[in-house]
Amino acid sequence: MAQGRIRGKAQLSVYAGLIVLFLLPLILQRFYIYLLSTILLTGLLATSLNLVLGYGGKFQFHHAVFYGVGAYATALMLTKTSLSPWLSFIVGPLVSGFLSLVMGLICIRLSKLYFGMLQISLGSLVWIIVYRWYSFTGGDDGIHGIALPDIISSPNGAYYFTLIVTAACLFVMYMIIKSPFGSVLQGIRDNPIRSEMIGINVRRHQLLALVIAGFFAGVAGSLFVVVDNTVFPDMLFWTFSLEILIMCLLGGWFTFLGPMLGAAIIIALRTFVSTYTSYWALVLGILMVLVIFFLPNGVLGYIEEKIKKGFIEPVIEE
Amino acid sequence: MLEVKSLTKSFDGFKAVNNANLDVQKGEIVAVIGPNGAGKTTLFNLITGILRPDSGTVHFKGENITGLPPYEICRKRISRSFQVVNIFPRLTVFENVQISILSRERRSWDLFTPSSKLAVEETDRILENVGLTKKRDRMTALLSHGDRKVLEIAMALGGNPEFLILDEPTAGMAPEETSRCIELVKGLSEKLGLTILFCEHDMEIVFGIADRIMVMVRGATIVQGSCDEVRCNEAVQDAYLGGSDVCLM
Repeated sequence: MAQGRIRGKAQLSVYAGLIVLFLLPLILQRFYIYLLSTILLTGLLATSLNLVLGYGGKFQFHHAVFYGVGAYATALMLTKTSLSPWLSFIVGPLVSGFLSLVMGLICIRLSKLYFGMLQISLGSLVWIIVYRWYSFTGGDDGIHGIALPDIISSPNGAYYFTLIVTAACLFVMYMIIKSPFGSVLQGIRDNPIRSEMIGINVRRHQLLALVIAGFFAGVAGSLFVVVDNTVFPDMLFWTFSLEILIMCLLGGWFTFLGPMLGAAIIIALRTFVSTYTSYWALVLGILMVLVIFFLPNGVLGYIEEKIKKGFIEPVIEE
Repeated sequence: MLEVKSLTKSFDGFKAVNNANLDVQKGEIVAVIGPNGAGKTTLFNLITGILRPDSGTVHFKGENITGLPPYEICRKRISRSFQVVNIFPRLTVFENVQISILSRERRSWDLFTPSSKLAVEETDRILENVGLTKKRDRMTALLSHGDRKVLEIAMALGGNPEFLILDEPTAGMAPEETSRCIELVKGLSEKLGLTILFCEHDMEIVFGIADRIMVMVRGATIVQGSCDEVRCNEAVQDAYLGGSDVCLM
């Protein structure tokens, strides 16, 4: 009962939020629309990471690689081929998903930190290729001024495209988490040995989760091309992966929308604090320490806990 | 139904299981007993595929299942519960059992049907059978130890097993919880016709519900037989009572 009520309210707030997001371009300045677009696509990226991190229990330390590769694949297709530009938005994520499969096959046998360390190594290998291959990727210059279809080339067009794609992707990921596959994935996170003992092929399920996460990171990368018209090697540098990881922890890695909230907080901080001081990372560091001490389940995790406490009467153990 | 022959497993030269033999007939309740460190849990881990044996074979219904991965052994309808509670702590009681059923039904690759609508009746039936219906929506991390052990058995039942392995089902339970658990195990055998292999330190329980007993000492099977055969066996007295000629129980 209480859970049903919470769910109903949560659904309503999501719909209300979507309507507000749709109307915002009518009142906001161009810069803020750009900022919102960035938050949305970065939030999508963080949510895709959380699919394997919070729900899958895999320490995916180098998620930015799939984001960057998706962006590069889209950008390269847009600039170097005469194929339909819309096709590039599908090819980008597919390339990321494929890369995720290959890296996953190599790393999946390792657990916990070892998985993460090997992933950072392999990811850095991809980064160095992108960074050095001038003739193909533009090296450290990246690719700029990417031409887009007219309808999404204006800031508002890019915003609406980002909003619709992000909302659709989040919906699909939510479905996946609530599906039998999602339940099993969370079971594996909690206890891989028990999972095997109830008949689950743990590695194959984790591998599929990695591929799905890689695919959606690729979608976020493609959206970045739409919003920024540019790609550069830093998109797949490991420090950015760390930032996405912090977004998940800050927002709440056991909640679905936590990473989106984390992305919003960090991007807003970076934008507004850095106008006052160049030490914005210091502010982020202090914030992170506070979160670890006082909100171990992240901001949204904390809010969820409070709401549930208000709805459900405490259970007295007999 | 289950036949274990000369099973051996060592860790860094220490022979945890050394020539273990066991056979279990359909419908029986068989107990494995032995002092701490005798290798009972290791034997169960070898049978269920968590560990690979160094030598020896495990046959289930005539089929060689030695060294198969745990998920394949589970699909042959062998389920187990663990000595140390082994559940999904961040999920609810209901979800813990439901996952087990979904896995058996091979629905774990289904990406788009909401889980909340699947296997609800069967999950509820199992919870009712084991007496956890009231705690259905609770996070399992918040359950009492006794309830968690019962949940262990419920999860094993989700796999619709023919053969159930219980590793110290009553370890750490309060007396009233223990008797509830024993009734449950007896009921599973009588009502559902399950074949059960379990290990237990409490001799009262062992002699109370087992049809036959296998005794392990230092990794080896020293005797397998009916309760009466085991009770006054000399080797068993040596192992348990240091050579006294008093019968067990």
